[in-house]
Amino acid sequence: MKTNNKYNFSRRSFLKTSTLASGGMLIGFNLFNACKPEVEPPIDLSLLNYNDFNAFIKISDDGKVTIFSPNPEIGQGVKTSMPMLIAEELDVAWKDVQVVQGILDTKNYSRQVAGGSQSIRSGWEPLRQTGATTRQMLVNAAATRWNISPSECKTKEGVITNSNGDKLGYGEVVKEAALLEVPEDYKLKDPKDFTIIGKDAINVDMAKIITGKPLYGLDYKVEGMLIASVLRPPAFGQVLESFDDTNVRALPNVKNVVKFGNKIAVLATDTWSAMKGKNALKAVWKQDSQAESTIFHDEKLLELLNGEKFETLRKDGDVKKAFAEADKVLERVFETPFLPHNCLEPMNFFAHVQTDKIELVGPIQTPEWTANRVATLLGRDVNEITLQMTRMGGGFGRRLYGDFALEAAEVSHLAKAPVKVVFSREDDMSAGTYKPAIKYKISASIKDNKVTGYHLKEAAVNGNMYGLIPNFFPAGSIENYQVDVANYQSNITTGAWRAPYTNFLASAEQSFFDELAEVLETDRIKLHIDLLQKAKGSTDERMQYSPERLEAVINKVVEKSNWGKVKEGIYQGFSVYYCHNTHVAEVADIEMENGFPIIKKVTCAVDCGIVVNPTGAKNQVVGGILDGIGHAMYGDLTFVDGIPQSNNFNSFQLIRINQTPEVDVHFIESNEAPTGLGEPTLPPVGGAIVNAIYAATGQRLTNQPYINNLKLEELAG
Amino acid sequence: MAVFQLKINGEIHNVQAESDTPLLWVLRDNLGYVGTKYGCGIGQCGACTVHVDGVATRSCLLLVSQIQGMEITTIEGLSENGDHPVQEAWKEVDVPQCGYCQPGQIMTASAFLENNTNPSDSDIKSAMQGNICRCASYKRIEKAVKVAAKKLS
Repeated sequence: MKTNNKYNFSRRSFLKTSTLASGGMLIGFNLFNACKPEVEPPIDLSLLNYNDFNAFIKISDDGKVTIFSPNPEIGQGVKTSMPMLIAEELDVAWKDVQVVQGILDTKNYSRQVAGGSQSIRSGWEPLRQTGATTRQMLVNAAATRWNISPSECKTKEGVITNSNGDKLGYGEVVKEAALLEVPEDYKLKDPKDFTIIGKDAINVDMAKIITGKPLYGLDYKVEGMLIASVLRPPAFGQVLESFDDTNVRALPNVKNVVKFGNKIAVLATDTWSAMKGKNALKAVWKQDSQAESTIFHDEKLLELLNGEKFETLRKDGDVKKAFAEADKVLERVFETPFLPHNCLEPMNFFAHVQTDKIELVGPIQTPEWTANRVATLLGRDVNEITLQMTRMGGGFGRRLYGDFALEAAEVSHLAKAPVKVVFSREDDMSAGTYKPAIKYKISASIKDNKVTGYHLKEAAVNGNMYGLIPNFFPAGSIENYQVDVANYQSNITTGAWRAPYTNFLASAEQSFFDELAEVLETDRIKLHIDLLQKAKGSTDERMQYSPERLEAVINKVVEKSNWGKVKEGIYQGFSVYYCHNTHVAEVADIEMENGFPIIKKVTCAVDCGIVVNPTGAKNQVVGGILDGIGHAMYGDLTFVDGIPQSNNFNSFQLIRINQTPEVDVHFIESNEAPTGLGEPTLPPVGGAIVNAIYAATGQRLTNQPYINNLKLEELAG
Repeated sequence: MAVFQLKINGEIHNVQAESDTPLLWVLRDNLGYVGTKYGCGIGQCGACTVHVDGVATRSCLLLVSQIQGMEITTIEGLSENGDHPVQEAWKEVDVPQCGYCQPGQIMTASAFLENNTNPSDSDIKSAMQGNICRCASYKRIEKAVKVAAKKLS
């Protein structure tokens, strides 16, 4: 497996420097420049100015450092942790660093995306290289001034020294440094010399968050901006037939009503007036395609799961033969419903479409894709578009889709005004792009008390598991192994939801393994360890996880959770999973209170390589686990005739503080390159809790939300 | 539209608005106090929590016409320099993930701790359970409330 991300840059082209008119130096570079050979370095560095590119580092004459963070911040903490990587190698004090959110800049940044837990993993090498190269340029400038070799210079916290006792601050040599050739002989630090990476750095936006300063898309405002509240079809499968806005146009503060596609936007000078106006619209809808209900989806998916029409995503050995020769077969079906993302900041976006330019501002996980789509939608050149990302009140995958930005652009274009589209909570929960409903059928064949075959079948709405997921554990550890998928195309829109597919697949598989261990009359831990031995030393190119690292997190969680040695009355459930390049094992502890199973504690062992920012990392790990528990236990979005049956927090239950167990987190000490944490602790927790519930109650829960699957009357005795 | 006289963070504001406008939108849209967040509009999430005469209140359920003569405090007015013991505790514990719900959490916690500076774990959980954190930073909220309680006692 690949854990080290080594990129081959043409270093001469990835760095660009420029002296600032106001004094100081800017350094920019292209992430993954190797993939973009068309980006040429500027021939005359002195011709550059700030507007030529968007940079990563700005050093002022007084030595203050500004680092531009390229990737969208959705609460995963990259606005803190990515600049830490640069600051480490630049060798400045973290307290002297100011972090600013970079804008969309496809020429100078790449992969400005928040998704797949990839920001830190992708940025690890190039961001440190940027810091190190810049440091070397500053050293070279000091060495030239002192007329000594750069190798005789040292740096610490933004100060360059030499053996004669001379000192120069970065700010004192920054102008000279900016005129130098970009060096290729920089050196990255040995991890043991890290002073920033591996130390707690609190959220860089802390002061603004806790004092309520404008940070989020919903807080953005410009002179003359109108708020647009949009009426969308109330049911999936419906289209707009006609509408009457006479009363609406007469309402105070309402300035315009704009129909676009099957939607109608009410534009007002304030949010409340816009929302009231939208609610006062009289619209007639007609059914254009099937009105689907949850019962219908359940039938369709079960039909697919029990049918023959599958696409095979991975096939090792001969599953059919293994099952034919088996002494025993275990087969179970697992089900999960649709889920909305429910970012606490509802979807919103600002657009000002003008004849010569388009300004877009707001919360978006995919700025580049969104700018391109707006350009296509309006028939404009993408170079006319500027896009500024705001801090986001949650993402969870929802803000990958940009539908709200396209709406804002279209409404602004039609209304010829600066417009911010604002979703009400009801709009947000009803507008689609949900986690799709999925069912799994998992079967295992047993021969001579050994697992000989494993067959995973998936039936899902709209799309199936993709990419590398079929190669995750237990792939590679069972000789005969097959993954088959089928899907039903619905008019209900679906999309990525924190750890797509694996967010439920891990629960299903880890619940299945718990029962499998029981059938085999073996210990749950031993079953996993034994399987992993078979995967060790694999030369299969498809191999994703490291059996050694999975084994290490299992051993760690066994030790830290006191597995099998807890006092009477505590029931434990075990789960282990690999996804998003990170290895995680979890144990849930449950106690029965008044005849009801209560999750008291989750112990978690994580191997994400080097932990860049321990406080931020722990926040992600704990948040992922609690989010996973909440949605696995309570999350449920059903449909009747295409209408979502929940549209606010009185009809959709999110986990609250009084429902949260203690979470005990242990990171594996590692010198491996870091991997992401936004998603990987969520998938396994569902398995840990259902396995603990089984230990406590004897009930095997297979269908989410688990709370609905629990037979309470049996618990009462 | 009528004019309403509101006392917010110690200052008098004359606001022109429809009488059914929730305080939340008057704060955000008319007066620019955007620290008070919109999350649900039906009093279920707590993101819009402000103090009304010292009591933690959901500003999305309070109409502008209902609050004349009352003292409203928003997150912007909780302390002059962002150094209220609850804000300090939030910083020390590094609570926020996305941060969106945190002004509301801080307003709920600060009103609660006014009357209980030695809360038990279950006191904290019941005081804070009306505030949703979608990122589930709950464990750090619990810890920060305890840290703040120590600072206040």
